[in-house]
Amino acid sequence: MELLERFAAGDLDSFETLFRQHQKEVYAWIVRIVRDSGAAEDLTVETFWRIYRARARFNPGQGNFRGWARRIATNAALDHLRHARKETELAEDYPAAPQGDSAVRGELRSQLRQAFLELPAKYRLVATLALIEEEPYSEIAEAAGISEALVKVRVFRAVRMLRKKLNSLGVAAAARGTIVL
Amino acid sequence: MNSKMTHQESEKEIKTLLKGALGPVQRAELQRDLWPEMLRRLDAQAQPLRVPWFDWALAAAFAAGLLFYPGAIPALLYHL
Repeated sequence: MELLERFAAGDLDSFETLFRQHQKEVYAWIVRIVRDSGAAEDLTVETFWRIYRARARFNPGQGNFRGWARRIATNAALDHLRHARKETELAEDYPAAPQGDSAVRGELRSQLRQAFLELPAKYRLVATLALIEEEPYSEIAEAAGISEALVKVRVFRAVRMLRKKLNSLGVAAAARGTIVL
Repeated sequence: MNSKMTHQESEKEIKTLLKGALGPVQRAELQRDLWPEMLRRLDAQAQPLRVPWFDWALAAAFAAGLLFYPGAIPALLYHL
């Protein structure tokens, strides 16, 4: 019997093998969404726990464990974004880009973070992956279990919301990242 | 067309701003093996729910009370 079939049948050794094969990739995906290494570790375990519980629903014939795991990881990360307290998010794993320090001042940085944190979770998810991580829309769509068109719509809305928030804070941004307070 | 261009420019600006303010994720690579933690989680879930003896005693006392004072049942139901 193949590894995936044994896993789907509930074999713990097969699950361990899959866990060790995919834990780094799942963690790397989650940490890019939640941007907190501690939370990402917890969510990686949570993701595999959900995977283990849902093993009977996995179709070994289809064989796309990676895609399945990524979708579950995305859902776990989305749940975290929905429920985590906004004030405690974006901890030490959100440093400023060194080259931007001269232009992006501390106050503006905190305003931007705040505006970003106030985005609804589903918009923050796509905004993080599309705008900051520059993931292709097709990858985001597959991971989030939505259509590519919906990803585009959510990015569009997220940008509009951020722009509105920044405008209301009196922040105007010109092209190429020059910022005027 | 014009509004599309405006949005594209806006998206570019927001992208630049976000990257400048938030920066790349540090510790993007997993630093330790999470399997021991996974095992603990599996073990914890595998254990049946344990009810402390005191809770059993409390439930028994409550049931006995209702048995000896059945008149209290309507009052109890009323307050539920």
